[in-house]
Amino acid sequence: MLSTIYALLFYVATILIVVGVALKVRKYAVTPAPLKIPTTPAPITTGGVVLRMLREVIFFESLFKSNKWIWLFGWTFHMALWLVIIRHLRYTIPGTTPFWLDFLQPFGKYAGFAMVLGLAGLWARRFLVDRVRYISSPSDHLILALLLAIGLSGLTMKFVAHTDILAVKAFMSGLWTFQINRLPTDPFILIHLALVITLMIVFPISKLLHAPGVFFSPSRNQVDNPREQRHIAPWAAELEK
Amino acid sequence: MADGDTQVPQLDDPLQIPCIKPGAMEGLQPFLASPEHNKALGFPEELVPDWKEKALAKMAELAEKNRAFQVYLDICVKCGACTDKCHYFLGTADPKNMPVARQDLLRSVYRRYFTFAGKYFPWLVGARDLTKEVLDEWYSYYHQCSECRRCSVFCPYGIDTAEITMAARDILDAVGYGMKYSNEIIGKVHDVGNNLGLNPKALRATLEDLEEDIEDETGVTVRIPIDEQGADILLVTPSADFFAEPHIDGLIGYAKVFHQAGVSWTLSSYASEAANFGLFIGNYENMRLVSQRIRKAAKDLGVKRIIFGECGHAWRVAYSFLNTLAGPWDFLDPNYPVPQHILEFTWNEIQQGNLTFDKSQNDHMTLTFHDSCNVARGSRMGDMPGGQFEIPRNVIKAVCNNYVDMDRDTTHESTLCCGGGGGLLTDDLMDLRIKGASPRMTALQQTTEEHGVTHLAAICAICKTQFSKVMPKYGYDMDSIVSVHQLVSNAIILDGQETEEDATA
Repeated sequence: MLSTIYALLFYVATILIVVGVALKVRKYAVTPAPLKIPTTPAPITTGGVVLRMLREVIFFESLFKSNKWIWLFGWTFHMALWLVIIRHLRYTIPGTTPFWLDFLQPFGKYAGFAMVLGLAGLWARRFLVDRVRYISSPSDHLILALLLAIGLSGLTMKFVAHTDILAVKAFMSGLWTFQINRLPTDPFILIHLALVITLMIVFPISKLLHAPGVFFSPSRNQVDNPREQRHIAPWAAELEK
Repeated sequence: MADGDTQVPQLDDPLQIPCIKPGAMEGLQPFLASPEHNKALGFPEELVPDWKEKALAKMAELAEKNRAFQVYLDICVKCGACTDKCHYFLGTADPKNMPVARQDLLRSVYRRYFTFAGKYFPWLVGARDLTKEVLDEWYSYYHQCSECRRCSVFCPYGIDTAEITMAARDILDAVGYGMKYSNEIIGKVHDVGNNLGLNPKALRATLEDLEEDIEDETGVTVRIPIDEQGADILLVTPSADFFAEPHIDGLIGYAKVFHQAGVSWTLSSYASEAANFGLFIGNYENMRLVSQRIRKAAKDLGVKRIIFGECGHAWRVAYSFLNTLAGPWDFLDPNYPVPQHILEFTWNEIQQGNLTFDKSQNDHMTLTFHDSCNVARGSRMGDMPGGQFEIPRNVIKAVCNNYVDMDRDTTHESTLCCGGGGGLLTDDLMDLRIKGASPRMTALQQTTEEHGVTHLAAICAICKTQFSKVMPKYGYDMDSIVSVHQLVSNAIILDGQETEEDATA
């Protein structure tokens, strides 16, 4: 019964995050940028823009220039999150896992601690820095609490109270083929998965949209060539008729 | 508020972060535009009865027409990276002058009416209803942003508060709640051709006086032509260059450079304004109409090139937007970028060895350079990234012996706004202007203490006016602000010019 509920919730959450993000991405993609507004230092070629965007999303370049503490906590959290997500693929891929995934396991394992530390640092700033305290809404605290709880419940299972991980793998990888296998019922796995499902559901209706959104930011993704190439939005071209 | 009441902030460091003081600048508002001003721009004459519906409809419209607005409203994570980047926050400590908080004044309303979370859980995500108090708050704090884009440089997603401010002002205008200063000025441009309302006759007389001044000073006849059919170059310059100090000395500099370069050029009485306040109010249609005047002038006069004088946001509109708003420029000479900056022209002439200078003419000054925000972060010069930083400095160093830069965290792309940009250069906001200038003034004071800097050079009409007004509050003479082409003008040696040696011989 519980397995069925979780399975259904995973399907619903997957549909919501995929469709929700797709709709938002489509909106960002079809909405025109009427003017050239890249922020300095703006590349003058498309290749330069690709490099700029890579530096932004891999190294958080602008954030590094801005504030070393936020960068330290934020970058640590995001990079650790990637490792943790990659590590978790082994629980969702049916059968044996590729060697590179096995190779990354230990990194992902300890990245969990880095992720939690990064989140704790970000959350601490929301209390300790008066400017950041001022701009924080309840949702800003809750999203950090949610991520932190996901991290802590995961670490607990890894290092303190093991769950039946083989059963979890059977449950998760069975979802691909619509087989509902038995999910262990110890509290940490149920909490962990419920929180992940919650995260998936709120993703497209929250500030987590920054993940796809950053690629559509005109101040970062535009080429600085307005004198060489005329840029005009369809609705603005109408004004010329 | 009279400027005498302003507490001039004392900062130890230009970027010193204050503890927040909620409400510090609450209620500061510029004068409202009069019904005639609004009408002339195609806006409702005064606040419409159904302003709430109209404002929300305008917000929805802008979100569909402008990706930046839509994306920036959605993706801010409130990380706080921008919170200490605005000069108005550094100078006033009002937390609503932190870029993210300024954006949130509008984002909170967007969330309430246009997002799932805000519709059903407003308390959770800080969403709020659009009330008259909120509208007034918008009017106050969206007129405490100079659209300088410093926050955008430091935001991990490039969120540009200027885009939100422009949208907010566009929404305010759409409901008949616009500001006097910008709207009155745009009306003058539509009517007369420049921000000052200078008619062609007065303009011609001014230019003739200037020609006489140059001849008296140098003994050389240097022309400042206007409306000359068939000239090669159309010079479009801010109208402040025709009468204000130190702007006018810059105009004399352009004229001397053109004279010495031996090119034919002209001003236009029809497009006698480089500034485009349509940018400030975030209104594409008005910005486009103002830009179209330049296209018409270029066609009517049959010029081959367009060059812009020293003006910050004018150069942003010129460099980044003119091709969009008034292009394509296929009727001009394809060998030159359209438009060009006067500094690109002058630097090119210097590099080709066409100009000779007596740098000692500027020896009574030790100079530093203020990167104007719109030039620094919204445009470029030359054909390399960062040309907007190198070319002005190169020109200054070519004509002056004593030059030092300010703290690198306050120059180049990190430059601080003068405090008067973005449509805030009005006396009713003097308190804000003085406070907003404090980070820049503190950086300048550091160079004065460490290197004996006496003068600040700028390439923006607004910066020049703002600094000549606020520098006395910070212990400088009002003429401590100079135009870059004023320095060129001081040092340039015209063919046949009487030098001091000639005079004494």
